[in-house]
Amino acid sequence: MSSQRPSAWYAVPAFTFFALFAALPMLLVIYLSFTAWDGLGTPALNGGENWSRLLDDAEARASVWRTLVLMVVSWLVQTPIALLIGVWAAGKQRSRAVLSSIFFLPLLLSTAAIALLWQALLEPNFGAFVGGPLFLGDPDIALYTVVLVISWQFIPFHTLLYQGAARAVPPSLYEAATIDGASRVSKFLHITLPQLRYTVVTSSVLMLVGSLTTFDTVLILTNGGPGTATRILPLHMYITGFSGFEMGYASAIAVVLVVLGTALSLAVMRWSGFRQMSSQQEGS
Amino acid sequence: MSRRSWVRPLIAMGLVAVTAVVSACGTSGPGETNAGALKIWALEDPVLNKIENLSIDSFKAAGGNASLETFGNDPYKQRLRVAIGSPQAPDLFFNWGGGNLKEYVDAGKVADLTAVLEENKAAKDAFIPSVLNGAKLGDKYYGVPMRGMQPVLLFFNKKVFTEAGAQPPTTWDELLTLVDTFKAKGITPIALAGTQAWTELMWAEYVLDRWAGHEVFQNIRDKGPEGWKDPAVVEAMTKLKELIDRGAFGSSFASVGYDAGGASTILAQGKAAMHLMGTWEYTNQLDQSPDFVKNGDLGWVAFPSIPGGKGDPGNLVGNVSNFYSATQDSKSLDAAKKFVTTELHKDSYIEALVAAGDVPPVVGAEEKLKKSPNPEYASFIYELVLDSKNFQLSWDQDLPADDATFMLTQLQEFFLGKVSPQQFVDAVAAR
Repeated sequence: MSSQRPSAWYAVPAFTFFALFAALPMLLVIYLSFTAWDGLGTPALNGGENWSRLLDDAEARASVWRTLVLMVVSWLVQTPIALLIGVWAAGKQRSRAVLSSIFFLPLLLSTAAIALLWQALLEPNFGAFVGGPLFLGDPDIALYTVVLVISWQFIPFHTLLYQGAARAVPPSLYEAATIDGASRVSKFLHITLPQLRYTVVTSSVLMLVGSLTTFDTVLILTNGGPGTATRILPLHMYITGFSGFEMGYASAIAVVLVVLGTALSLAVMRWSGFRQMSSQQEGS
Repeated sequence: MSRRSWVRPLIAMGLVAVTAVVSACGTSGPGETNAGALKIWALEDPVLNKIENLSIDSFKAAGGNASLETFGNDPYKQRLRVAIGSPQAPDLFFNWGGGNLKEYVDAGKVADLTAVLEENKAAKDAFIPSVLNGAKLGDKYYGVPMRGMQPVLLFFNKKVFTEAGAQPPTTWDELLTLVDTFKAKGITPIALAGTQAWTELMWAEYVLDRWAGHEVFQNIRDKGPEGWKDPAVVEAMTKLKELIDRGAFGSSFASVGYDAGGASTILAQGKAAMHLMGTWEYTNQLDQSPDFVKNGDLGWVAFPSIPGGKGDPGNLVGNVSNFYSATQDSKSLDAAKKFVTTELHKDSYIEALVAAGDVPPVVGAEEKLKKSPNPEYASFIYELVLDSKNFQLSWDQDLPADDATFMLTQLQEFFLGKVSPQQFVDAVAAR
């Protein structure tokens, strides 16, 4: 066996990096979550105070709910659009190539640029929708506006995943279906979709975990406002930690985020059979 | 691969990780800072940083040595927090005085400047007492003013007022009438940058001060929940709610920001009639809508009085000034004390501040202010501060950071109508 696998030494850089920048900070955060620390002086252990406070914190509960809404709605919006555009863009026609390169433009912009762009576009006095709905000012729709902006930013990326996967579907399957007289729709439903199954899983995991930790777009676009209408959990953590300087409590929120994120990706992996993933193509 | 062969690489990896950490700590110590030089931290400002460097040059000419490092607003607050207990701490640091400074004082990080100010009477007497008090905690001074005074004023668009045949408000009732007048003309009566809670806070600060007097907030700061439970707070917030419900701020304020294209621009373009803002609004307008200011359309008055209110109509709220405070553990504490008692009231420094459009925190500056680029405006502010009985520091700077953050969130909910005056008070008092 050992002759076929690279030596464990190969893992040193990755391991070091992970230990230093993921494992170590994570352990520190767990420690901090049991302390009171305002950033000055030394953290003082305060038992489970942060944790019992977290259980009573209505704002934290509300922000978990907002995070879940954001997560589910952006999945519902992004997946069908990305899937359809991706499959469409997989075609070899020249027009499709031109249009898809335009569709991929948001991928080239930085998050900060995207957030500022949309903020200007949705400004109530000088934006593109003056007199229209208050996209960022109405507490009832602001969260969905955020979903829209995030979707606009990330659909191109997921489209790219689907485009690549759709191109890898063996043409012989379609040829066989054509001979059997299958329609375009049934080819999509019975060949493309099953063949893209694992891409859907990958893309969904990225989307769900990504929305759980979305932060920069919301920070710049709304800073959690109006009021607390878009204050999702990561933002609640940031505001608690870096505006209120309650580092211990913010750390407790951070631990919740880590646990939620890990649980989420484990759950998606398990339910979708990602672990037993094997090639769906002929000859394997 | 056998079990044993895994062990050695794992140990090695652990060692690599540990050495990486250790060496990182070893190299990140103080770099090439020249020994003995005073390390000064301040907020980034293209105009004022030059003046601060002038004071450093003057300090050097007198045999001292110092260097200035500057940071943007939010990074500054975070960096100062982290640095102040470490060997990386500055010797002198910029701050806003009040409760913001108190946190550092309580942690034993800030040097007491009382004795050195008493020894240097000339320095102490040069500053306006109410401003110097901005960094006085208990009976000790912990900071010396180093930038202009920035009270909050009610700005208005003169052209819009003339067209409506209206006069700027001197009382709360006049303000309410003006709200109806401008609403009827389809103009937002008051511009408000509601994405930033501190703009809403200015309203709460003035209304409570005019209605109940400045002692009420001082009680809140000193006693916390007890202070909030003063019935006057709910009364004042109810008055403010009447103003909001009357449509004073329009319907879209919750997504208006203070930056370009925001509250200042709708005032300049006549889409809004009034705007409550700190004195920096003037320079901001001059920068973004120069014609508006140059045509003389930008007007300003003190915040109106509230009939039946206990507060002195001359009282001010805002940024009293900015201060330099010395760190307790500084190795150059004596040099730091020398700097704040010699450089910050020098004629050359004050004149440079005036030339930059600032209103300096020193007594007897009337003559110097005539050389200001906007003498009428600068003198107005100067007189306002000299005549004020109390100059309250912005609440969010005067309360501990965690309470302030919570209060600002509740205030935004209040302006959105999601929280009633009573609920607002209950929430902040329960902290």
